Amino acid sequence: MYIFGVIITGIGAVFLFIGSLGVFRMPDVYNRVQAGTKCTTLGSFLTIIGVGIMQPEWFWKTLIIAVFVLISNPVSSHALGRASRKNGISLCDKTIVDKTKEFKGYKE
Amino acid sequence: MVFIVIISIGIILCIIRMVKGPTAADRAIAMDTATTVSVALLVLLGFVFNRYIYLDVALVYSIISFVGLIAIARYLEKGI
Repeated sequence: MYIFGVIITGIGAVFLFIGSLGVFRMPDVYNRVQAGTKCTTLGSFLTIIGVGIMQPEWFWKTLIIAVFVLISNPVSSHALGRASRKNGISLCDKTIVDKTKEFKGYKE
Repeated sequence: MVFIVIISIGIILCIIRMVKGPTAADRAIAMDTATTVSVALLVLLGFVFNRYIYLDVALVYSIISFVGLIAIARYLEKGI
């Protein structure tokens, strides 16, 4: 069981590193939102659950933290991306389709 | 351990983006990512040092980060 927890924690750590690398490398605000949210949500979930598997007395508390991260991280990132689009931050140069121009209240 | 080094390199990359970022939204995104990564790092450090209290610290830190990021988003949207 300990080896299983170590493997899950390692996969989560790799996902966290890839998410941070995406935040560092991506060209645009919205690409950074996507990379930073998806990878860190899955990575945090796997890392925290892996610690709970390695130490079975802590399992329920780690499950509470993991479920809270799983709920709150996409909500806050969605709010931030919507706010930056409404604030008029432009997309990157390689963008092909931009459907948000048709909506009301969005600046160019 | 190896995992702590990998996660710490990720936090350093986020801090570099937070310093460089062209707009305010970039800095907010980098801060959100660094916070989520450091919650996982806190839980892992609590396991390494065998301290149960670090889990409470991680939970409260994640709640405060969520509320703060929602406030920043509402400010960028000119809601408050």
